[in-house]
Amino acid sequence: MTFMPMLRAMLLALVLGAALPALAIDAERAFDDPALQERYEQINRELRCLVCQNQTIADSNATLAQDLRREVREMISAGKSDDEIRTFMIERYGDFVLYRPRMTAGNFLLWAAPVLLLLLGTFIGLRFIRKQAAQVNEDGPEAGQS
Amino acid sequence: MLKYAVPLALFALLGVFLFVGLQRDPSYVPSPLIGKQAPEFTLPSLQDASYPVASKELLGRPWVLNVWGTWCGGCRQEHDTLLAIARTQAVPIVGLNWKDDSAAAQEWLRTLGNPYAVVASDPEGRVAIDWGVYGAPETFLIGPDGKVLFKHIAPMTLEVWNQEFLPRIRAATAGATTPTQG
Repeated sequence: MTFMPMLRAMLLALVLGAALPALAIDAERAFDDPALQERYEQINRELRCLVCQNQTIADSNATLAQDLRREVREMISAGKSDDEIRTFMIERYGDFVLYRPRMTAGNFLLWAAPVLLLLLGTFIGLRFIRKQAAQVNEDGPEAGQS
Repeated sequence: MLKYAVPLALFALLGVFLFVGLQRDPSYVPSPLIGKQAPEFTLPSLQDASYPVASKELLGRPWVLNVWGTWCGGCRQEHDTLLAIARTQAVPIVGLNWKDDSAAAQEWLRTLGNPYAVVASDPEGRVAIDWGVYGAPETFLIGPDGKVLFKHIAPMTLEVWNQEFLPRIRAATAGATTPTQG
């Protein structure tokens, strides 16, 4: 294969690949109202399919994912809010069902860790710099220059 | 020396975390239902659709809910164990036939034997969702007060039954009978 056709084939694959997420998994739209359909798809994209753990229920066609989509659809039809739907899922499957984790008492340390580590690092760094500065002063300017 | 001891200790601790993490099964999702009131259900019986199976009727004694389907390989694997457990008559085992073909499920029980006191039929999987079921076979232990005491996700073995279920059943029955005697 010469270079140009190969490049063209690769480009085609890339473009087709990029278009894949646009395919909806349901055979038909769940709602006629575009706003409700958007909400439905948004919620599905945030819920984990427990059988196939690295997929959302919007991606998966496992029977459990189909059933969970049905629950979401029915709850939206019944006028439930997004939070109510999320709570419904958490009560049954735990926080793991959420793709965007919440902050809870159990995982608070994990959320706070970056800030705490930054503070610790700053503290250690400052102490080190002070110690060095003190050393220089003790030795006197002449010794520091040598 | 102390200068090196602290980083070394921290590194060793990190190693322990990694080692423990590697031993854990990432597909295991702990149930948020443990210690909470079990979801109530009323479903038609598998053998006779006109006969309702109601979870409320089981209050007052410990019982086991086993989620199964004829499409589930692990369920076939645990079936003989369930039969053996049923023979001990420790607790009633209630079956939840999950998203299954009723005729196939009845045939399965006829040919392999029936460990269940009663089987509730859940072809749409709604009760299974209420119970947070995500992969059969799953086995729940429910206390006399209707609270979920334990959940086992994977085929049942006698080892799991003897180590996890029996002690909890004994504790639950002891706890339930003491107040009525006193």
